Amino acid sequence: MKLKQLEGLLGSLEQFSSPKIELEQYPTGPHIASRMLYTAETSYGDVTSKVVADFGCGCGTLGLAAALLGAEHVIGVDIDADSLEIAYENADDLEVDMEFVQSDLKSLRWGDRIVDTVVMNPPFGTRTKGADMDFLCAAMKVASGAVYSLHKTTTREHVKRIALRDYNASSAEVLCELRYDVPQLYKFHKKKVVDIAVDLWRFVPGKER
Amino acid sequence: MRLLTHNMLSSNIKGVTNGFPLALEVTKLVTKPVDFNPDFLKNMLLKVEWKALVEASRAMGYAELPEQTEPSMVESEEFLRKFHHALLELHLEEGSLVCPQTGRKFPVCKGIPNMLLHEDEV
Repeated sequence: MKLKQLEGLLGSLEQFSSPKIELEQYPTGPHIASRMLYTAETSYGDVTSKVVADFGCGCGTLGLAAALLGAEHVIGVDIDADSLEIAYENADDLEVDMEFVQSDLKSLRWGDRIVDTVVMNPPFGTRTKGADMDFLCAAMKVASGAVYSLHKTTTREHVKRIALRDYNASSAEVLCELRYDVPQLYKFHKKKVVDIAVDLWRFVPGKER
Repeated sequence: MRLLTHNMLSSNIKGVTNGFPLALEVTKLVTKPVDFNPDFLKNMLLKVEWKALVEASRAMGYAELPEQTEPSMVESEEFLRKFHHALLELHLEEGSLVCPQTGRKFPVCKGIPNMLLHEDEV
C-alpha cells in the first residue's frame, strides 16, 4: 500500500465525539499516523506479518494503520469504553481485523514474548505528570521487537535518559520531528489550531528483562 | 477476542501470583476466516503457551489440538491449519475470563475483554 493511500484511508476514520481531557484524548491525525506506521514497515520491517499492540489506542488510528499494512494480529488497549466503541466501528468500516482490550496500562500484566511491536501516541503528560513515561514503561515490558512512540520535542533528553537507564532500552532513537496539530477540542484552548513539535521515537527493548 | 489475545492476558488483580491462564466462560463464540500464513504460525508456535491454548480451544468446543507439540509438527500443514484455526479464527464474542486464583470474572462484550480493576483490586 502506498503512503498516500494509507493516509487517505485513515482520514476517513471517526474521531472522539466527546473527548475526555483527564485522559488527554487528542486524535492522532492521518498525516502523522500514516508516516509513523509506514516508516516502521518500510525502514524496519516491524509491521507486516507481526503482532502489533496499540497502547492507549483511542479511536484506533495507529493500530488500524498497522492492520492496513498487513500486521497479522493487532490489539488496541484503552481504558475508555467510549473510545473503544468508536475504534471498533472504525475497524468494521475499514473491514480489517483489530482486537481490543479495555485496561489501564499501569496495571497491565502481559507476557513479553508474543507482541513484536508496540505503537502509541501516549498522553503527553500535561494533565497527569509522567503519564507519557508510564505508557513507555508498559510498552517496553511488552514489546519484543520495537516501540514506536510520540513525545514532545521539549522532553527529548529526559525521554532518552529514562528509556536507556530505567526501561532497559538497548537503543532510543528519534526518527524525525513532526508537527502535531492540536485542534481546538477543549474549552481552555484559546486558538483554533496549535502546532506543537513532537518526536517520533523508535526504542528497542534490551534482551535481558 | 482471538485465543492469541487470550494467550497473553493474565489476571492483574493485586496480590494474585498465579493469574495465568484465565479460564473461559463461553456464552457466544464466532468464527471468522483469516488468511493462512505458515511462517507466522511457525514463529508463534515458539511463543505461545501451548497448554493454555489447548485448554482455551477446548472451552470453545474445538478439541483438535494435540496435548503437546513436537518440533517436527511445523512440517505438517494439517497441524498448522488446526493451530491457525484455534489461534486466530475462533473468537470469544460474549462471555467471561475467570481469574484462576480468585474466581473473579472479567466480562467479555462484543469480543472486548474488560480488564479494568475495582479500586480495592489495584
